[in-house]
Amino acid sequence: MASGVKPRVKVPKSAAVGEAVTIKTLISHNMESGQRKDKQGNVIPRSIINRFTCEFNGQSVVDIKMEPAISTNPYFEFNATVPEAGEFVFTWYDDDGSVYNDNKPITIA
Amino acid sequence: MRFKAMTAIAALVAAPLAVMAGPDDDELVINGEINIVTKTAAPAHLDGALTEIYSGWRFRSDETQALEMDDFENPGMVAVDAAREVWDTVDGSEGKACASCHNAVEDSMVGVKAVYPKWNEGAGEVRTLEMQVNDCRTSRMGAEAWKYEGGEMTAMSALIAMQSRGLPVNVAIDGPVQTAWEQGKEMYYTRYGQLELSCANCHEDNWGNMIRADHLSQGQINGFPTYRLKNTKLNAVHDRFKGCIRDTRAETFKPGSPEFVALELYVASRGNGLSVEGPSVRN
Repeated sequence: MASGVKPRVKVPKSAAVGEAVTIKTLISHNMESGQRKDKQGNVIPRSIINRFTCEFNGQSVVDIKMEPAISTNPYFEFNATVPEAGEFVFTWYDDDGSVYNDNKPITIA
Repeated sequence: MRFKAMTAIAALVAAPLAVMAGPDDDELVINGEINIVTKTAAPAHLDGALTEIYSGWRFRSDETQALEMDDFENPGMVAVDAAREVWDTVDGSEGKACASCHNAVEDSMVGVKAVYPKWNEGAGEVRTLEMQVNDCRTSRMGAEAWKYEGGEMTAMSALIAMQSRGLPVNVAIDGPVQTAWEQGKEMYYTRYGQLELSCANCHEDNWGNMIRADHLSQGQINGFPTYRLKNTKLNAVHDRFKGCIRDTRAETFKPGSPEFVALELYVASRGNGLSVEGPSVRN
């Protein structure tokens, strides 16, 4: 597991049925592109988060493939329609096989 | 006719100036719950110089201001999260972390940033928050001192400053610190560099005006450490001093030097009454 990785997610605590809520996610990660060299001239191996998904009650909301040109600490903001009370599950997949999770419940107001 | 045309021109010229002249009237509330004082009456020692003091937040664009109104949007919080881990991490020969003595940062560090720089009786000197952190690291933890304006130090001082957000800056200017305060004041009004500019020339005589593309603030430091969009990291206040003095084309003092400590004390005292904002967001 890469060091200093911390997922952060912002989801409203409640929403009306059918309301589109704004979800913001940020994960602190170096996102080493694999293009850079260290002081000795050796290539620093690529180490990025290559996939990010968000699911709501088992249903896919977004599924994103990420490439090396994406910056440090990738940030995603998107809207999701909330049909019922439930839980958003966020998952980040690291090149090294690590998987980072976060989840946020949402209630119907 | 001619008079009318001139009035029209005058109106055209005046309109864009009116937009940028002076601070705006926005109010800063962080996370919808922490009220930040960004405008208040100047402290008594500024009598004759300023009547009201404004946080630098008031001089920034709406987009930049918005970044500070929500901790999720505030890019400085990534560093603060890293410092939170360091707070609990044992370092040095004594087997201690910050938390070993100070427990939870949310409880023990409330109000600390608001009164720094302050006099340290044991050491017989004025100390900034950074100096105190390094003293803890070297003499209590047996760890290596951090670079004064380095990333780890600035992140830690941001974490500590954050616990005082919303509390008024209240540094002492009399008693044992008075000599340093006088020295800082002297520096504030001394013209430095080939451009022969003092702090006061911009931040006291011309705040609210444009210096080329930049909107001059009063140079208040209640928001430090500050995340700057221009270099995408948290900046220590001494680093900012250094940048300003460099821009006057002068040889600058070193971050952590007694000169900058004195200047920090004086400039902090000019903001007595404003809320602690750190980590703030500026351009």
